[in-house]
Amino acid sequence: MGVREQPEQQAPPVQRLRIRYAKRGRLRFTSHRDFSRAFERAIFRARVPMAYSSGFNPHPRISYAGAAPTGSASEAEFVEIGLAEVLDPAVVRASLEEALPDGLDVVDVVVSPGGSLSDLLEASHWHLDLATPASVVEPAVAAFLAAPSVEVERMTKKGLRTFDCRGAVVSLSVAERERGSRLDLVLRHGTPSVRPDDVLSGLKAVAGLDLGEAPLLTRVAQGPLDEASGEVGDPLHSSA
Amino acid sequence: MPTPASVFPRLEPRLGSVSKPIQYVGGELNSTVKEWDCGAATSEGETVRWALMYPDAYEVGLPNQGVQILYEVLNERDWILAERTYAVWPDMEQVLRTGDEQGPIPQFTVDAHRPVRAFDLFGVSFSTELGYTNMLNALDLAQIPLHAADRGDEDPIVLAGGHAAFNPEPIADFIDAAVLGDGEEVVLAISEVVREWKGEGRPGGRDELLRRLAVSGGVYVPRFYDVAYAEDGSIEAVVPNRPGIPFRVAKHTLMDLDAWPYPRKPLVPLAETVHERFSVEIFRGCTRGCRFCQAGMITRPVRERSIETIGEMVENGIRKSGFEEVGLLSLSSADHTEIGEVAKGLADRYEGSNVSLSLPSTRVDAFNITLANEFSRNGRRSGLTFAPEGGSERMRKVINKMVTEEDLIRTVATAYSHGWRQVKLYFMVGLPTETDEDVLQVAELAKKVIAKGREVSGRNDIRCTVSIGGFVPKPHTPFQWAAQLDHETTDERLKKLRDTVREDKKFGRAIGFRYHDGKPGAIEGLLSRGDRRVGRVIEEVWRDGGRFDGWSEHFSYDRWVAASERALAGAGVDLDWYTTRERGYDEVLPWDHLDSGLDKDWLWADWEDALAVADGADVEVEDCRWTPCYDCGVCPEMGTEIQIGPTGRQLLPLSVV
Repeated sequence: MGVREQPEQQAPPVQRLRIRYAKRGRLRFTSHRDFSRAFERAIFRARVPMAYSSGFNPHPRISYAGAAPTGSASEAEFVEIGLAEVLDPAVVRASLEEALPDGLDVVDVVVSPGGSLSDLLEASHWHLDLATPASVVEPAVAAFLAAPSVEVERMTKKGLRTFDCRGAVVSLSVAERERGSRLDLVLRHGTPSVRPDDVLSGLKAVAGLDLGEAPLLTRVAQGPLDEASGEVGDPLHSSA
Repeated sequence: MPTPASVFPRLEPRLGSVSKPIQYVGGELNSTVKEWDCGAATSEGETVRWALMYPDAYEVGLPNQGVQILYEVLNERDWILAERTYAVWPDMEQVLRTGDEQGPIPQFTVDAHRPVRAFDLFGVSFSTELGYTNMLNALDLAQIPLHAADRGDEDPIVLAGGHAAFNPEPIADFIDAAVLGDGEEVVLAISEVVREWKGEGRPGGRDELLRRLAVSGGVYVPRFYDVAYAEDGSIEAVVPNRPGIPFRVAKHTLMDLDAWPYPRKPLVPLAETVHERFSVEIFRGCTRGCRFCQAGMITRPVRERSIETIGEMVENGIRKSGFEEVGLLSLSSADHTEIGEVAKGLADRYEGSNVSLSLPSTRVDAFNITLANEFSRNGRRSGLTFAPEGGSERMRKVINKMVTEEDLIRTVATAYSHGWRQVKLYFMVGLPTETDEDVLQVAELAKKVIAKGREVSGRNDIRCTVSIGGFVPKPHTPFQWAAQLDHETTDERLKKLRDTVREDKKFGRAIGFRYHDGKPGAIEGLLSRGDRRVGRVIEEVWRDGGRFDGWSEHFSYDRWVAASERALAGAGVDLDWYTTRERGYDEVLPWDHLDSGLDKDWLWADWEDALAVADGADVEVEDCRWTPCYDCGVCPEMGTEIQIGPTGRQLLPLSVV
């Protein structure tokens, strides 16, 4: 038996860029896999000089972090790319904006200071737009916050799981909207991972709140959590 | 007509409840959304609107070249608007039928989410007959009457195209018209007829519009033809039922493909689809003369794109799409007169980048290892595919696929000695005059391939995958008269072959075996060679819940059999009559009034040659690209000619921008 030829070793990236992008409008229905394919094509179309992984099937160096669930809109999704050349982040931003479809919009590009991007993503700030009036939602929110823990169920790849959705909630409040109401929610990332729809299940569990029409979920921020204020910061421009 | 409202606001709250919602939202890169009245500002002041459908799931339909080309060609005109629609999955069908306070949500286009019924024309492209039930479902969801006879002036003209439209008789009750052949020019001609009729205030309504289309000679309108049946169930005659309607309707042939370098703006979906690559059609047509191949018969003559146009289309396509894989598409890609120069030129241009090239549909004898090496310069060597189609030498002569065993063994030996490890071989079962012995020859061939591979490479990890499809006789081919093999015998032969391969201690484990059972082929056979009476079967199947017949998890043979029994009761014909019965010279075939350019007597003579070869005669049909011949009749009948190179030109390196 002959020895299989070893693949060529690729040079490591000379620059890493962190990109914040938004998932807006109807493109909120892109799944994470859909986005990664679209992003890789956009990188190629924009002729961004990517660094590649070594191996028999080299891949461009792209790390995705904390993707929002399919169907949720987001103003704060993050990805890090490794480049083969040093570039001005503003130039990369402009060419990626041009190459991505409308609705997958680049918001910010900065040079990575090193370290792990995912470690900076400690919490998310969500808006949950409901068709239900605030007066109906308020008692449910109060009951939820008063509870020490709220058990909910969700179907996962490993089957039906039961877990507490209360512990991850940093803050939750409700405000009146023109039509229905808006929940303002800050969720701490962790294990098990609690999603905003789990909190809706929790509201139903503690107070029987029935939401009817599917709510619109939007992640407005994702980043480091200021434990004192309960606010979510910007991971690309954090003072930390 | 007022601008129809987008149904998107009605869909949006429900998209979270269906699988892969991205397939319904549109917004693909390079897609086009135009104003509903985009033609109002033009000199004629009229807008012609097309809804184009590929009648399968989005993941299969979106990459379809035909639909992408027509979508682009139509939208380039400022007075035409074209949008796309696909078959919705059962979960979305449920959502649409349940609807909301306004009632059911109609079948919609993915571009602007407009209801399909609001368009002037509803064009459906059929690559396969197994999409028929999906068209019925789309019509029903669109709230368009199922039967053409029940449609009014508010309904679109339902138009079928694609290869299956060369015998549209099984769907004659459901379509208003069908078009045969290349679509690029005829969709524009049809649009002009519609524009003129609308500009005149729609005189004579729907009937007059269809009459105008029919008298052009290039659009088949089934309602203007009466079919009479004889006592024995066969067709007695198909005749026009009003003045001015031509006896035969001719196919369309696009000449000078360099003048039509589409797609120029390839659609890039967000959803995952079956082909994640950019494809360039390097030529259209094939005159190899394989007798089973409908595509090779109905797309004659051969028309090549030049090496320069191919180079431009590849560069433009990858830049506009971002795809890094390029497929060079045609019926037999290695037959392009300058394929060597094309391969080398492209490989040079994209050397050192991650752009990879692939060449589907290569013939064994035309294959040349230099070509395969060029194509794999930038990528991995996964596998090579060859299609000898027939297991025995005798079978290959019957189908006029003149690949000798020595050719095949020599080719694979070269491949294995150049570092390829896996070869895939494609065969058919159920060919005319075939016996068990012919099929068992597939195993012998595969063993010889492995043995040769081990010998030349000195390795034991050589693999060969044998992939087998059931033969379905198709209209406009020399085998259009043949009896289709029944599915029980098909399955028995496949089982014997599989057992023979598995029992072999020396080679069995190196040979993979892929096949499908014979039942779907029987239904494809019914739909391929059916007549208007088969329409009732399709409708019964659809009413009974039949959808997505091309998907094994949705296809139900029992449903088709039961529907055939109900729908054909009293007609004196049945499923076997349409499939396993051999036809005679004198029989009127359901598609005889549809002109593919092929001379029926030539097809018959070729069928007789096939039978003579089966008995040991030695006749080969030559390829007219290299041995001038007008016997098939297409060029004189259609006023077309072979357009091939070589041009003698080369691809120049691209200048860096």
